Amino acid sequence: MSRLLSEEEYRKTKAFKVKRWYRGEKDPYIGQVELKPQKQFQEDINAQKQRIHDEAILRRNIYDIEHNKKLQLFSKFYKVISVVFVAALIGILLYVVSYLPPVGNAANPDNNEVAEKYIEDAMKDTGAVNIVTGMILDYRAFDTLGESNVLFIATCTVLILLRVDSKSKKKEEEESDRLYEPKNDIILQKVAFFLVPMIIIFGIYVILNGHLSPGGGFSGGAIIGSGLILYVNAFGFKKIERFFTQKTYKWICFAALSFYCLAKTYSFYCGAHHLETGIPLGTPGDILSSGLILPLNICVGMVVACTMYAFYAMFRKGGF
Amino acid sequence: MDFIQNFPFFSILLSLGSGVLTSIMNKKAARIWNTFILTAITVMSAVLFVYMLDVGEPYTFMMGHFPAPWGNEIRAGVLEAGMALFFCIVMMLSLKGGQEHIDAEIEETKVNLYYIMINLLLSSLLALIYTNDLFTAYVFVEINTISACGLIMIRQSGRTIEAATRYMIMSCLGSGLLLMGLCVLYDITGHLLMSNIKESVAYVYAQGTYKVPLVASIGMICVGLAIKSALYPFHTWLPDAYGYSTVSSAAILSSLVSKGYIFLLIKIFFRVVGFDVIVDSKIVNILFVFGLFGMIMGSVNAILENDIRRMIAFSSVAQIGYIYMGLGLGTTIGIVASIFHVLSHASTKSLLFIAGVGLTDASGGSKKFVDLTGSGYRNPMAGVAFAIGACSMVGIPMFSGFISKLLFAQAAVANNVGKQLPTLICLAVSTVLNAIYFMKTVIRIYTPSGRNAKKTQAGEAALMSMKEHPLYHVTLLFMIILNMILGCCSQPIVDWITSGLAMFG
Repeated sequence: MSRLLSEEEYRKTKAFKVKRWYRGEKDPYIGQVELKPQKQFQEDINAQKQRIHDEAILRRNIYDIEHNKKLQLFSKFYKVISVVFVAALIGILLYVVSYLPPVGNAANPDNNEVAEKYIEDAMKDTGAVNIVTGMILDYRAFDTLGESNVLFIATCTVLILLRVDSKSKKKEEEESDRLYEPKNDIILQKVAFFLVPMIIIFGIYVILNGHLSPGGGFSGGAIIGSGLILYVNAFGFKKIERFFTQKTYKWICFAALSFYCLAKTYSFYCGAHHLETGIPLGTPGDILSSGLILPLNICVGMVVACTMYAFYAMFRKGGF
Repeated sequence: MDFIQNFPFFSILLSLGSGVLTSIMNKKAARIWNTFILTAITVMSAVLFVYMLDVGEPYTFMMGHFPAPWGNEIRAGVLEAGMALFFCIVMMLSLKGGQEHIDAEIEETKVNLYYIMINLLLSSLLALIYTNDLFTAYVFVEINTISACGLIMIRQSGRTIEAATRYMIMSCLGSGLLLMGLCVLYDITGHLLMSNIKESVAYVYAQGTYKVPLVASIGMICVGLAIKSALYPFHTWLPDAYGYSTVSSAAILSSLVSKGYIFLLIKIFFRVVGFDVIVDSKIVNILFVFGLFGMIMGSVNAILENDIRRMIAFSSVAQIGYIYMGLGLGTTIGIVASIFHVLSHASTKSLLFIAGVGLTDASGGSKKFVDLTGSGYRNPMAGVAFAIGACSMVGIPMFSGFISKLLFAQAAVANNVGKQLPTLICLAVSTVLNAIYFMKTVIRIYTPSGRNAKKTQAGEAALMSMKEHPLYHVTLLFMIILNMILGCCSQPIVDWITSGLAMFG
């Protein structure tokens, strides 16, 4: 009962519903959430026989151990030799390690002018407080350009292998996939509802602060990617396709990588000819500082996030 | 700085960027764009090559605002420019020769992915050729490996996926060993730039403090790259990968991908560790022995093969054996012979693959020897081209294979008796074995088939005429010319390689 609202309006409020649930008058699950017992997977007895028969024939054809003397011998030797080989390799490597310079010794060969300049001048040269980001995106940006292309080409290879393009196959594949997709798992959905925005915002934070604090495009992108994967697990492909389809993926990757290529081409060209790029470095420590590093971090982050999600979607159902 | 000195940088970035650009293109646009950039890079490399011959001094090019030990750097000399030019030409010819097969064998929607792989493969090959930094080399080795995998499995059948899996496993082992070798090398020298490592290695070697890690890292790098370029005991991934992938992929893999790694190895010999240290460490002797084994065993396996594509693939194992044998001789003249054989094998092997596919097409798609009977009459151009490729592989004068065998023999004679005799004997034996399986094939394709035999197992044998497949015929003609140039005008090329190697050190 409420003193401010009339009985009818009060019945519509949440407080009333909670109270009713608390008193045990009504269970919100009954009649609202569909509880269906899972159907047991049943296979026609003939199909089952056929399948077992096929598997047996396949197995016999591939691993015909009784008649294939060579294979028998090979599989015996293989085990022994692989163990011996790996043990020998471990032994050699341990032996080598024992001769390497001790860790943390100031007189080690790798404590030379290269590391010294990175530590002392990185902030002045690149404008990045985080020296590692300064190194990978400014001093040695060519390597990182190659590295982000490694990610790109890895996704392309997975696309070749797993993307289902032919129409009939696609339909079949999707139908069989939909059957196994969990539907309306309310616990997962509620948790994801809170977690996904936080994960994605945290990922964006890590990317944007890549030049100020530990992190950067690679780690931030991985965080965003895992957020997207959680989202698709909770809400299914239909929901995520409202804002993230294969087309989105294609254009994001294209935009990010081509911006990266163009920006770095410009900067390499200027660098090689000792010209000024005209890109201000800003005050170290500001969010808008360190020249090209921030936009490049964003590009790398987008590529990594898309790659993570694309791998998942590809393995799950051969497309987006 | 001259404008021409920008060309290596332009060609790497152009091919890298086109890989990305191709991802939004359709099939036809991707193909045209790929042809365009290949032509552009070929022209740029040719101009650079002529310029470098004129200048005669290598130069380094800063990638970014920071000079060498801190930033990245690329370096170009005569040898690098010439290699880039040659690789581009061979890639172009292999793609054009197999274009009909790319269209037929790859799903319509995935053709642009194929060209992404080609563009990135090209960029990684160029970067491997031009880089002056070991870590950059490693990054591009990764791109090279993954794109090669894509090239193998884009024709989706059970065999290619199995081949790609094998290739991936072996290649990952190779990359892992290479990376460990680089890590150890970095730990004892403190540098990643090639010229700086060379100074440090000379110092460390003279001091003798880190001799064990140094030798171990050289060993790991050599074995890693040997696995990736299919030296004999590590060749198991090769026959299926070359035998079942689409023909352009097979030609590119055998003539370019494995050669890129060999070029990197030669670069590491001369520019990173120093050739004296390498020879002194006795690693070359191991490569020498494996090279000799490869020369014999590859040919023996090829003789036993009953499938023309797999036979050509096994012949690659033997030829890679030749190259490593040349490296193993431990003299500069041996390396020159090896580099010449890289060129000779690249041009001949792509010719054989492309010609071979013409023969199998004229036999209803069957790759079995029985069905190939008389296919040289059904597809005259492919028959002639295959015969020329076979002559070159066996080592008949006028063709490129003869010159490389001659150079190997000369290098062997200049060596001490311990290596001289085995080399000469193996060269002779391997030549005879080569002749056995290649001449067997040539005789087979020129044996007139009776009226009954015309109906092959796989279907009606088709006549291949010039008018229906003009691109294929023109490509074969160019490949034959390239082979003849290598075989007939070898002296300027050998001079060029020698001067390029001198610039390496």
